[in-house]
Amino acid sequence: MNNRLIRIGTALAAVLIAAPALAQDLTFWSWRQEDRAAYEQFIDTFEAANPGITVKFETFEAANYNTILATALAGGTGPDLMMVRAYGGLENVASAGYLEPLTTETVPALAEFSAASLAAESGRADGTLYAVPFASQTQLVIYNRALFDANGIAEPQTWEELVAASQKLKDAGVIPFANGTATAWQNETVTFGLGSSLMGKDFYDELMAGTTDFTDARFTGALAAVAEVAAQYFPDGFIGLDYPSAQQLFSSGMAGMFIGGSYELATFKTQNPDIELGVFAAPGKTAEDAKLVGLYFDGGYAANAAGANKEASLKFLNYLASKEFGQAFADTLSNISTVPGVTFDNPLLAEVNELNQSSIPYLMLAHFRYGEPSGSVLIQGEMQKLFSGQTTPEAIGTTLTEGLAAWYEPFKK
Amino acid sequence: MPHLRMTGRGLWITALIVPPLAFVALFIVYPIISAFAYAFFDWQGLRRGDFVGLENFHTVLFVEPYRSWTINAFKNNVIVFFALMVLQNGLGFILAYALWRGLPGARFHRIAVFLPVVLSTIIVAYLFKLFLHPLFGVVNISLRGIGMGWLAQPWLGQGNTAIWSLIVAQAWHMVGFPTLVFLAGMQRIPGEILDAVRMETESEWVKITGIVWPLVAPSATIVFTLLFVGAFNWFELPYIMAGLDGSPFGSTDVLGLYFYRTAFGNVSSGQQDFGLGSALAVLIFLFVAVIASVITVRLRAREIQL
Repeated sequence: MNNRLIRIGTALAAVLIAAPALAQDLTFWSWRQEDRAAYEQFIDTFEAANPGITVKFETFEAANYNTILATALAGGTGPDLMMVRAYGGLENVASAGYLEPLTTETVPALAEFSAASLAAESGRADGTLYAVPFASQTQLVIYNRALFDANGIAEPQTWEELVAASQKLKDAGVIPFANGTATAWQNETVTFGLGSSLMGKDFYDELMAGTTDFTDARFTGALAAVAEVAAQYFPDGFIGLDYPSAQQLFSSGMAGMFIGGSYELATFKTQNPDIELGVFAAPGKTAEDAKLVGLYFDGGYAANAAGANKEASLKFLNYLASKEFGQAFADTLSNISTVPGVTFDNPLLAEVNELNQSSIPYLMLAHFRYGEPSGSVLIQGEMQKLFSGQTTPEAIGTTLTEGLAAWYEPFKK
Repeated sequence: MPHLRMTGRGLWITALIVPPLAFVALFIVYPIISAFAYAFFDWQGLRRGDFVGLENFHTVLFVEPYRSWTINAFKNNVIVFFALMVLQNGLGFILAYALWRGLPGARFHRIAVFLPVVLSTIIVAYLFKLFLHPLFGVVNISLRGIGMGWLAQPWLGQGNTAIWSLIVAQAWHMVGFPTLVFLAGMQRIPGEILDAVRMETESEWVKITGIVWPLVAPSATIVFTLLFVGAFNWFELPYIMAGLDGSPFGSTDVLGLYFYRTAFGNVSSGQQDFGLGSALAVLIFLFVAVIASVITVRLRAREIQL
């Protein structure tokens, strides 16, 4: 008995003495060059609490990040830890088996995360969770408070009020909406940022259940309403207006509203520190209709399944899933952290977080980017056609349903 | 072939030739061959799956939605090629002739015409994006200024004007190149021939069609072939001005963008498919190589040896 105690004691002592010598160096890849300073701070906190583990943060160009990451993983030179995209963008990396599957056993804090956020970081084929989700983004309407106040406009509660508010701004010589649709992906933002409440939660649920498709009148009706507002209240020649110009129109105070993601808030503040922003969910037809924002998740933190220091990697992932990290993430990066229980100092973020409680997923990204043609590519092109009068909402419904039927099982006849 | 002994000079020559040859083999020949090989496999993301023979080629050519995407992109490349043939090479020839004839200010214009060629594509693309801006662009503002506001358009947002906007930008950018090549060709025409023509006719038209055009045939071979290769590999300008999706609704989509999207994916479709991408790359390569050879051979045949 005594002997055994001594033996265990010796072994423990040996481990303690040897620990610094076994220092573990982890590499952590990201596409967020602009967040480097913040991440280095997070890492310092982690390293202070976990002596012996060092984490090196490396960033790569955002547009080609997936290609770079997947190539490195395939070649066996991938990092220990990495930021990965969500939904279809995760699939490429995850389906090849490069990522360590995560469970509530290895990362207990995940048990508290919302189901939607975990679904975003799970493989579609196997339903396995591969990453700790880090941020959500919300598609909604951002407005210029000063312009709203000057024209006596309150946040609209019905579609009619939204149109009336737009007309008021237009009459006052202000461009109601800054958005342009020459940049393809902006069409999707505009469609779901403005139309989600018109489509409604019932439509979403039935679509997911496979009992309806995109020819549904709730969907095509929303497209028609969006196109009507665009034709009336978007800038002249908005179909030729690209994304950066649209942002400038809004942040310079030439336009009253911008349909976009919560990620725009920080950009607008940077472009014009004096601008006072407000956010609202685009309303439905009546005040009783639930006001819905389009919600999606940006990406997550994953570990390399073939990494040499897996235990240390998991330790770091546990830190990234902690409330301490989530709070620091929200405070420093002004993003909506997915960690439950995080509070927001920034009143705008707090409001976005509030709006998120009534949402439907940002439809095409969350469900229709798993095959070719992707729902996003289809809706973007088709909305561009609709905006230039070359198609109808009903035809779009048919095109979407038939196009997606190429790979989306519920639409196959 | 003289026998090259591995001593002194021979060794020296080998040492000089091997590194560049190895470089070319590693960075040009090897990637081309591997792209050929990739095209015959099924890919899950970047993981190579089974050998699938010609399946990928079949998919990009005959299976929807790839079939219509391929046809649409190819059709746009063809439009671009013919439009640039007229706008870039045709205008280039006329400009070269004017410069060669030494019209007033020729020396200044020779530099002015060539200057845009030196600019990077990024700069040209951004400049034209600004020019064509629907609200603040100089094109629309000028049109409104001279009372022709009804002509002001969202140039890059309409299917029928977007591709032509890109073509004009490209022609403006590169017109100096054929001009210079044609000008060099014209300057090589011997003075005696021109003197002899002057005895026969005063007509500029006869001079151009009868003498100058046939005698600059070697220049034409060069610029036609290069334009063909350039038009079917067009990427940078549409990528910067219209984006990876060939916005709006594929009306500026060209094979280069389409290949890139298919192989590497883009923001709006998570899919990356190296197999289909490689198949497209191989098809583009074969098409360009075969047609460019035919063009070169046919055009060479009409060149006159003086």
